[in-house]
Amino acid sequence: MLKIIDLHASVEDKAILKGINLEINAGEVHAIMGPNGSGKSTLASVIAGKEDYEVTQGDILFEDESINELAPEERAHKGVFLSFQYPTEIPGVSVTNFMKTAINETRKARKLGDMPANEMLKMIREKSEMLEIDRKFLSRSLNEGFSGGEKKRNEIFQLAMLEPKLAILDETDSGLDIDALRIVASGVNKIKSKDNAVIIITHYQRLLDYIIPDFVHVMFEGRIVKSGGKELALELEEKGYDWIREEVNA
Amino acid sequence: MELKEKLIASFMAFENLVDIDSPVHDVRSEAIKEFETKGFPSRRDEAWKYTSLNSILKHDYSVFPKSESHIDYNDIKKYFIHDIDTYKIVFIDGKYSSHLSETTHDGVDICLMSSALSKPKYRPIIENYFNKVAAKDGLTSLNTAFSQEGAYIHIPKNKSVAKPIQIIHFSTGNEAALMLQPRNLIVVDENSHVQIVERHQSLTENPVLTNSVTEIFADKRAIVDYYKIQNDNENASLIDSTFINQKQESCATVHTFSFGGKLTRNNLNFYQNGERIDSTLKGATIIGNRQHVDHNTLVHHIEPNCESHQDYKGIFDDHATGVFNGKVLVNREAQKTNAFQANNNILIGDKASINTKPQLEIFADDVKCSHGCTIGQLDESAMFYMRSRGIPEKEAKALLMYAFSNNVLSSVKIPEIKQRITNIIAKKLGVNIGFDL
Ligand SMILES: Nc1ncnc2c1ncn2[C@@H]1O[C@H](COP(=O)(O)OP(=O)(O)OP(=O)(O)O)[C@@H](O)[C@H]1O
Ligand SMILES: [Mg+2]
Repeated sequence: MLKIIDLHASVEDKAILKGINLEINAGEVHAIMGPNGSGKSTLASVIAGKEDYEVTQGDILFEDESINELAPEERAHKGVFLSFQYPTEIPGVSVTNFMKTAINETRKARKLGDMPANEMLKMIREKSEMLEIDRKFLSRSLNEGFSGGEKKRNEIFQLAMLEPKLAILDETDSGLDIDALRIVASGVNKIKSKDNAVIIITHYQRLLDYIIPDFVHVMFEGRIVKSGGKELALELEEKGYDWIREEVNA
Repeated sequence: MELKEKLIASFMAFENLVDIDSPVHDVRSEAIKEFETKGFPSRRDEAWKYTSLNSILKHDYSVFPKSESHIDYNDIKKYFIHDIDTYKIVFIDGKYSSHLSETTHDGVDICLMSSALSKPKYRPIIENYFNKVAAKDGLTSLNTAFSQEGAYIHIPKNKSVAKPIQIIHFSTGNEAALMLQPRNLIVVDENSHVQIVERHQSLTENPVLTNSVTEIFADKRAIVDYYKIQNDNENASLIDSTFINQKQESCATVHTFSFGGKLTRNNLNFYQNGERIDSTLKGATIIGNRQHVDHNTLVHHIEPNCESHQDYKGIFDDHATGVFNGKVLVNREAQKTNAFQANNNILIGDKASINTKPQLEIFADDVKCSHGCTIGQLDESAMFYMRSRGIPEKEAKALLMYAFSNNVLSSVKIPEIKQRITNIIAKKLGVNIGFDL
């Protein structure tokens, strides 16, 4: 589904991604771990099409087509979704209206008509119940004044509404309390299928206890320096990154 | 001949055309002298530093329309708030159009200035109120000199007018270039309530210059709710001078929506003559190309325990330019005044600009006054966030701009007006999305 080939990206001439290779197939869950500042969020943003980053080398293929030149919305229409590490506050736009606009614009791009209002309401009701989101939230301005955990839960609500093929969850677990973590994880598990894929960026094992990864990658100074199975995450949790650093420097 | 000379020369002919015996004959004669002395403002005047009238004064305007024009309602229906029942006072090229209007004398007077000026039964009101709050600057004096037609609204005490009143001026382009001088008088007596919508609409590409003056008197506990919808085509310019005199416990709100026009200048003046008065001024400006919108406001706090709220939002694209000059004057006697002013702007076009200048002159010591102005760009991280959820750039931009100006819309009390403004904004921004925020 996603194939990243020797990807280099920089911001203001500062190289951040320095040759990433990654292949993700439908039905798989990949975890990306790595120390602060290693480039995990940058990778997520580059996949989603953030224009601040310049791809200087390499390519990103989504379903065998390069998406390097596509606008963020075009990638979204193809089925790429990024759950932000720091979701942006958008004063004056309610969660519901934002969702309606996002869904109908996506449908428009796929040559479908607007989703009928009652169907939309039903879907909003189902997905917000699944994530135990209070109805009050839906009429509030998007992310404005939301607590850290509320923002993250709202991101997963949007994921559930948009049903993308590839979901990138950037530190969705940070800020969530124990109950919320369980709710969000079970939400993601319900959405997961053999036709879609998930990338989980995280620092901790706890989310991976609920959403079990098929592969774990370690990112270090803009490269993926180690990949393994789910046990790699446990090893990192136990030992930290020093041994990785030593391996890389050796 | 320069426009000024042409206007002065036309005055005699104008006075002969209208009624010389009118009680306002002397007022007009005084006013033309005033205009002769002061003329049009120039950028040397502090209040006009950022707005030049040169480009709009150069046309050879007809000062009176030569012929009467007829327009079919169906062709202009879209400019009316037509989905609710309203009173309508409609003018075509400055002349009253009875077939498009719906006036009344049933307990209230909602009719036209020309008849109020000529009929004896209106004389007491005209003598007490006409030209009593309007300023004596050049442009206002010019309007006063040529004042003949416009809306005349008198709401006697304890009356709540059942439906909103629309005042609409159309220009047809039958004249190569037309200058209009509409004059409105609105007198709202004690405990009464009125809602008014005003619009100026040119129907062709010929240049139109409207120099409009409105006087509003809100007596004790009166409520006046006024909406100005400015979405004219880009060959039409508007200078609007509105003067509001408020008595104790009255509440007056003016919303100004400026989306169209070549040059728009709004002089909005509130005078608080009484205690516990509330004055609210709200404005949303969304313009592009080479459009220019200038808001020049004054709130004069004369007596204690009053409030004023000003909230102006502006979005400027392309080469558009904006001016906000907000003056709050608090007299020494006006203790316990609460005066708030905010002017927030977003510049989208690289060549767009805004000049914003709050002016607070406070002579009382026990007051709460605040003002703030900001000039920013569209929030890039919000743009990426929205686009990453599938909302295309243009729509994301539109949604952010709409959200930005939503504060101004949220206090609109007539849902159909809110809907209309929303549609205008969507059209202006070239998107087809629901803004039901
Ligand atoms: N827009 C930017 N301008 C300048 N530097 C940037 C920008 N974006 C990222 N960086 C730098 O790139 C590096 C990688 O940042 P990134 O946010 O991708 O790290 P991360 O792995 O997600 O870290 P964390 O675990 O703390 O979230 C950091 O040194 C960061 O300061
Ligand atoms: Mg990060």
